[in-house]
Amino acid sequence: MLEMLALLASPLAGALVLALYGHRERAAEVNALFSAVTFAAAAVLTARIVAHGPMHVLHEQFFIDPLNVFLVALTAFVGMTTALFSRPYMRIERDHGRVSAAGLRLYHSMYQMFSFTMLLVLTTNNLGIMWVAMEAATLTTVLLVALYRTPASLEAAWKYFILCGVGIAQALFGTILVYFAAERVLGPGVGSLLWTHLDAVKGSLEPTVMSIAFVFLLVGYGTKVGLVPLHNWLPDAHAEGPTPVSAVLSGLLLNVALYALIRCKVITDGSLHQAGVLPFASSLMMGFGLLSVVVGAFFLSRQRDIKRMFAYSSIEHMGLIAFAFGMGGPVASFAGLLHMTMHSLTKSAIFFAVGHATQKTGTQLMENIRGLMRVSPTVGWGLMLGTVAILGMPPFGVFASEFLILTQAIALRPWAAPILLGALGIAFAAIFGKVQPMVFGDTTAKRLPHPPALLPVFAHLGIVLLFGLYMPPYLADWYRQAARLIG
Amino acid sequence: MLAHYGPQLVNLFAAVLLLLAFAMLAQRRMLSLINLFAAQGFVLFLTTSLVAALTGQHHLYWSALLTLGLKVILLPWILHRLIRKLNIKWDVETLFNIPTTMLVGIVLVVLAFNLALPISQLAGTVTRSTLGIALASVLLSFLMMITRSKAIPQVIGFLAMENGLFFAATGAVYGMPMVVELGVALDVLVGALILGIFIFQIRERFDSLDTRNLERLKEH
Repeated sequence: MLEMLALLASPLAGALVLALYGHRERAAEVNALFSAVTFAAAAVLTARIVAHGPMHVLHEQFFIDPLNVFLVALTAFVGMTTALFSRPYMRIERDHGRVSAAGLRLYHSMYQMFSFTMLLVLTTNNLGIMWVAMEAATLTTVLLVALYRTPASLEAAWKYFILCGVGIAQALFGTILVYFAAERVLGPGVGSLLWTHLDAVKGSLEPTVMSIAFVFLLVGYGTKVGLVPLHNWLPDAHAEGPTPVSAVLSGLLLNVALYALIRCKVITDGSLHQAGVLPFASSLMMGFGLLSVVVGAFFLSRQRDIKRMFAYSSIEHMGLIAFAFGMGGPVASFAGLLHMTMHSLTKSAIFFAVGHATQKTGTQLMENIRGLMRVSPTVGWGLMLGTVAILGMPPFGVFASEFLILTQAIALRPWAAPILLGALGIAFAAIFGKVQPMVFGDTTAKRLPHPPALLPVFAHLGIVLLFGLYMPPYLADWYRQAARLIG
Repeated sequence: MLAHYGPQLVNLFAAVLLLLAFAMLAQRRMLSLINLFAAQGFVLFLTTSLVAALTGQHHLYWSALLTLGLKVILLPWILHRLIRKLNIKWDVETLFNIPTTMLVGIVLVVLAFNLALPISQLAGTVTRSTLGIALASVLLSFLMMITRSKAIPQVIGFLAMENGLFFAATGAVYGMPMVVELGVALDVLVGALILGIFIFQIRERFDSLDTRNLERLKEH
C-alpha cells in the first residue's frame, strides 16, 4: 500500500520540483535521486508481490500481479540508470549549446512525468485510466523529442504526435467498445472498466463486440509499440530526440504499450474461447509481429544514422515479442516476457554507448564514426558487446529468449520459423557489418570534458549476461507465474 | 412529450453532427473551420444533455458541461487567438480535389455503418442507432487529417476526432465513467496546448505552417 503510493508519488513530486528548479546545476543529481527513490519503492513492492501474491490497492483502482510487477521493476530500474547516464550526457549537450537552461528544466521535469505516466499505465486496474496515462506518456515525450528545436527534431515530434494521437484515438474507441460489452454483464459504473472484474467474467463477454474492440485496440496500442505498418513515427522520434529519451522510448515505452495490448488480449481471448471462435486476437498479433520482424530487418541495412538503425532493431524485436505472445502457451509467453526484459536492458545499454560515441565524434552518421576503441575502449567495448548481445549471440540472455521463441515457433507454427530465422540472419549481417568499423580501426573521435557514465552500460550488459548463463530458480518461477497469467 | 420525440431528436442531432464532419472536410477557410468545430462541439453538448434528460443519467450532465466548456468555449478561443497571433485568420487553403475527398468520405460512412451494425443491434440504449454515425465522424476526421497539409487544420481534425469518440461513448454506453472522461478531457486540453506551442516553433523554423515542409526525414 505504502510502497505503491511512494512508487507513483516519487516521480510526480520529482516532476513538480524539477519544473521549478530543473535548470539549476544540481538538477541532474536530483533527477537521479527521485528515480532512485522510485526504484527503491518498486523493489519493495516486488518483494511484497513475490512473497504474498497479487494485491489490490485503493478500492481495486490499482492491481499488482506478477505480470505487471516485473515490468514495474524493469521500468523503475532502467528509469534510474538512464537518469544516471543522462547526468553527464545532458551537461555535455548544454556545454555544446544544444540545449538551454529552460530546455534542461523541461527535460528533467518531463523525464519524471514520463516515468509517472508509464508506472500509472502499468499499475492501474482501470482500462480507461490506462488509456489516459498512455496518451499522457505520448504528450510528455513529444516535448522531449523536440527538445533541440532543430527542423528535423520538430518534424519528428510533429509526426510522433499526429501519428500516435490518431492511433491512440482508435484505442479509445476500442476501450469504449470493451466497456459496452462489459456493461451488459457487469452493469454501468467504474467497475465495468476494471481489468480484474473483466477478467472474472471474460467468458460471458459478447465475442463479436470484443473482436471488433480488439482490432481497434491493436491498431491503437500497436502504433505505440511500433508494429509495422504503424511504425513510421518510431525511427524519427528515436533519432532526433536526446539519447536518454531514445533509451527510455525504446527500452520502456514500447514495453509498456505492449503490456496494455497483452492485458486487452487476455480478455479478448477469454471471450472468444468461450464462444468457440477462432483465436482471432492471437492470429492478428502473430501476423503483425511477423511483418514487423521482416520489415524491421530489411530496413536495417539501409540506415546511415546510428540511432535510426537501432530504432529499426527495436521494431524488429517488438515484432518478435508480439509474435511470441501471439503464439501463446506457457513457454512462448515465458520467452516473450524474458525477451521484453532482455531487449529493454540491452537496447538501453546500446543507446547509452551510442550517446557517448556520438558526442565524441559529433555526428550520428555511421560512416563518420570510426575507431571508438582508440579514444575510449570502454565506450567501444560497450557498443560492441551491446551489439553482440542484441544480435542474440550466446552467452547473452537475448540468445536464451530468442532460442526459446524460435524452438516454440518450430513446434507450434513451423511455417513461420524459416521466416524468423531469415530475418534474424539479415539483421545480424546488417548491424554487425556497420558496428564493426565504428568500433575498430583509425579514429575520428575526440575527448570530452565530462567523463562518460559507463556504469549503467555495463550494469545492464552484466545482468543480460547473467540471465544468459544462469537464471536463478525464483526468477524463473516468477516469469512462469507471469506467463501463466497471459496464457 | 420528451420521451416521445427525444430519441428522434437524438437521431436528428447525430445527423447534424455527421453533416458538420463533412462540412469540415470541405471547408477551406481557417476561420470557418474553427467555427464549424465549435458548432460540432455545441451539437455534441446538446445531444449529451438530451440523452441525460431522457435516461436520467446524472453524470452525463457533467459530461455535457465539460464538452461545453472545453470544446465550445475554451479550445475554439485558443484556436482563434492562435490564428490571430499568427496572422493567418483569412487564410484560404487550396485543397486537393474536394469531390473525390467527399466520395471517399461517403465510402467511409458506409463502412462505419456496416461495422457498427452488429454492435448497435446488441445495444439496449435509446441512442443505439448513433454508434455508426459516431464511428463515421471519427473516420471522417481521420480523413481530414490525412488530406490537409496545413498544421492548424490537422489539429482541428485531431480535436474533431475526439468529438466523435465522446459521441460514441454517449451513444453506446451513456458515457464512460466520470473519472475516465475527465482524464480524456485533460489529455485533449494538454495536447491542444502542446500543439499550439509546436505551431509557433514550426513557424519560427520553417516560415510556414505547411506540413509538407516536414517531409525531410525519409529513408535514404
